[in-house]
Amino acid sequence: MTDRPLSKRERLKIDRQEMPTSDAAERSRSFTEVNVGFTEQIALLEAQRCLDCKRATCVDGCPVSVDIPSFMGEIERGDLAAAARILFADNSLPAVTGRVCPQETQCEALCVRGRKGAPVAIGHLERFIADWARGHHHDDVAAVEPSGRRVAVIGAGPGGLTAAGELSRRGHAVTVFEALHLPGGVLSYGIPEFRLPNEIVMDEVRRLEALGVQIECNVVIGRTYTLEDLQAGFDAVFVSVGAGLPMFLDIPGEGLKGVYSANEYLTRINLMQSYAFPDANTPVLHGDRVVVIGGGNVAIDAVRTALRLGAHEATIVYRRGRNELPARVEEVSHADEEGVRFQLQVSPLAIEGNDERWVTGVRCVDTELGEPDESGRRRPMPIEGSERVIPCDTVVVAVGTRANPLLTSASPNLAVTNRGYLIADDRGMTNLPGVFAGGDIVRGSATVILAMGDGKRIAGTIDEYLHATAVTIDSHRRRVMSEKGLGTW
Amino acid sequence: MNDQQNTWVMAASGHEVITNTQLSQDVHKLVVTAPRVAAARLPGQFVIVRLGDGAERIPLTIADSNAENGTIVLVVQAVGKSTSDLVGLSAGDHIHDVVGPLGRPSDLVVEGTVVCVAGGVGAAVMYPIAQGLAALGADVITVLGARTAASVVYADELAALGELILCTDDGTAGRTGFVTDALADLLGKRPAAVVYAAGPVPMMRAVAAVTQPRDVRTIVSLNPIMVDGTGMCGGCRVTVDGKMRFACVDGPEFDAHGVDFDELDDRLGTYREFERQAMTHVCRSAG
Ligand SMILES: Cc1cc2nc3c(=O)[nH]c(=O)nc-3n(C[C@H](O)[C@H](O)[C@H](O)COP(=O)(O)OP(=O)(O)OC[C@H]3O[C@@H](n4cnc5c(N)ncnc54)[C@H](O)[C@@H]3O)c2cc1C
Ligand SMILES: Cc1cc2nc3c(=O)[nH]c(=O)nc-3n(C[C@H](O)[C@H](O)[C@H](O)COP(=O)(O)OP(=O)(O)OC[C@H]3O[C@@H](n4cnc5c(N)ncnc54)[C@H](O)[C@@H]3O)c2cc1C
Ligand code: SF4
Ligand code: SF4
Ligand code: FES
Repeated sequence: MTDRPLSKRERLKIDRQEMPTSDAAERSRSFTEVNVGFTEQIALLEAQRCLDCKRATCVDGCPVSVDIPSFMGEIERGDLAAAARILFADNSLPAVTGRVCPQETQCEALCVRGRKGAPVAIGHLERFIADWARGHHHDDVAAVEPSGRRVAVIGAGPGGLTAAGELSRRGHAVTVFEALHLPGGVLSYGIPEFRLPNEIVMDEVRRLEALGVQIECNVVIGRTYTLEDLQAGFDAVFVSVGAGLPMFLDIPGEGLKGVYSANEYLTRINLMQSYAFPDANTPVLHGDRVVVIGGGNVAIDAVRTALRLGAHEATIVYRRGRNELPARVEEVSHADEEGVRFQLQVSPLAIEGNDERWVTGVRCVDTELGEPDESGRRRPMPIEGSERVIPCDTVVVAVGTRANPLLTSASPNLAVTNRGYLIADDRGMTNLPGVFAGGDIVRGSATVILAMGDGKRIAGTIDEYLHATAVTIDSHRRRVMSEKGLGTW
Repeated sequence: MNDQQNTWVMAASGHEVITNTQLSQDVHKLVVTAPRVAAARLPGQFVIVRLGDGAERIPLTIADSNAENGTIVLVVQAVGKSTSDLVGLSAGDHIHDVVGPLGRPSDLVVEGTVVCVAGGVGAAVMYPIAQGLAALGADVITVLGARTAASVVYADELAALGELILCTDDGTAGRTGFVTDALADLLGKRPAAVVYAAGPVPMMRAVAAVTQPRDVRTIVSLNPIMVDGTGMCGGCRVTVDGKMRFACVDGPEFDAHGVDFDELDDRLGTYREFERQAMTHVCRSAG
């Protein structure tokens, strides 16, 4: 703790503090968190690196405009409670974003200290403060007058949970409907324990419940209820169902035993705890040689999970180069340390199997990178004569997800793009009055912080919408609510 | 993590088992409270149930429902750990999670004679379809098969909806032989507009083989391994007409003549080794 602020020169002399991690060899066999977290001492040193810029460009890089220099200043002063208040004012899930934001392309990418040397470790400090706050009581809400309005949120991922919190803080009665038996969305079923412990997500869920948010699991909108039911029973609806439909490669062999989508593989392990089989009842194949096809966060999560299930060889097959890997830089380097193999500029042609239809390998071809394609990334072109088989017994396909038509096909009036994503205006409202949407189901697969940003921003426009519309509790609404078990008035 | 999930899980409300009736040696009928599901379900749809913490999510057809009482009927054959746990419940016990109704409702074709073919516990999968057809005024004939007289379930219920042709492999009840023999005889005598089939994969494959040369439209209810039931995992993928389909959202009913039954049958065996382990683990911990 310093009373005497450091000079700029002194600040510039401090090197970026390393995140302490658990030992690579040990951790690659366990699901405990890889990043251990800053100590208060490390956090202080790192916060002292911040130059408290007048024109804090780092803030421009953050989709929710966290007031970064101010919370750094409070860390430096040693007032962690104040730092937490500043952080939570802009970001309702800092313990999550501090762990999973792609900081290197967001806040940290625009930190001035990054121009010469390393940027301030904003993400690690954010996590430090959020973890501190989890252990300490901080009252983030002043009690508000109930507004008498009801809002339904569809999907308990980061987008939906954030919107629920914001709406509830504004006095609205919020019910979140979630298809799975646990809330959290991708945070629960997708991102593994060693990167984001479930405990952190459940903590947030409990915080929301304490605010009065109702979370109803095991309700599939489009099946259990229709969107129309919710329109009748609630004053507004926020759709944040994510974009969770897994894509496959459409190559031969995807029906063999031993082939998973990343979603299935990760869900079996994270949501169903199949690593604990037979104590948990859901099985998962423990491959000895596992090939994961893809190069994003999902692929890296899957390949590192395979190691933790005991694979001797866990390999990423990605058709572009290392610089093009879309995954967070930190995850790639952790994967490297843990012994993940990278087969880069390699494109899969077919999955091969034996007579009993178990996977035996992935037939691949090397690629060279040609001209940039529509996405701006260089297009991989197969190199003739480079075909070969990478032997393996398990294949995980992690080549992306798209919009799940379950909800939209049951509500044909809802306007969608030709790829099935919802269309929303700048307030986040769809073509149906009072039905709003945000997160991956509008943006396509994006990030946690963008989904949260949507949840927060659109909660604001929903609030405005509610103030501008009259309360209508007509007989139709009463009937739907009581018949459908959506509550009474 | 387990503890945390436990706390969460405890907070949610469960689904009470109202009655559990044994129908045959390994098949039980459970009446369970699930008012939302009961209100929304249509023939052909299913639920996914999870007994509690650490338990599997298992798909089960909604055999029947009573919207007024808020109950659904599940007919469960104990084939492994999870289904054995389920049939072991007593009235008053709770099932933690029941989600649904899932899957697309049956495409009920009401023209001419409709033949419903069911094998084993498939009788309970077929019941709501036959019920839906009968309610729409279709002329329903059911061909019901089982290994032996003692393993026949849902015969009375199905007989109440129309003509019932019962077959057993050993001849202890009804005709001796497979449902496919009875079906072939029937189709030889009476043209049918559509055939529905539900039961073990080999049976459904055999039914498709009988109807294909006769060019009779045939709809099968597929039972691949599922996890979420919402289109999120792709574990339930089946190949129909050369295309990948997700049975939980695109099905579970498909045109039998396009289904790759070999792949379905094969993929159902993915966890055979685990299933054995799960059962021995139970026996050991029990005894
Ligand atoms: C393995 C993996 C790793 C990732 N890693 C990162 C990372 O490191 N950093 C990062 O920023 N982003 C990461 N992402 C992306 C990020 O998780 C998503 O962009 C984000 O979760 C989107 O949030 P969302 O709220 O829009 O949807 P989701 O998180 O997808 O949540 C949607 C929820 O809606 C539910 N739902 C769907 N349909 C219905 C329905 N009809 N009725 C009721 N409920 C329904 C779903 O079950 C789900 O719980 C990762 C994604 C995956 C899969
Ligand atoms: C849409 C659908 C409707 C179904 N309806 C019924 C029903 O009404 N009554 C009934 O008794 N059964 C039904 N089943 C099958 C039932 O889900 C499985 O028997 C059950 O999941 C097996 O679990 P287990 O742990 O007891 O057995 P396990 O030991 O896991 O497996 C025993 C056998 O069941 C198969 N199996 C395993 N898991 C699944 C799974 N998730 N889905 C399908 N098969 C599986 C295995 O291939 C194996 O042959 C249905 C399945 C589907 C997909
Ligand atoms: S929310 Fe993400 S982008 Fe914003 S400051 Fe925190 S880590 Fe950076
Ligand atoms: S740009 Fe970097 S140094 Fe400047 S305020 Fe932001 S974090 Fe601090
Ligand atoms: S069960 Fe997961 S997609 Fe069908």
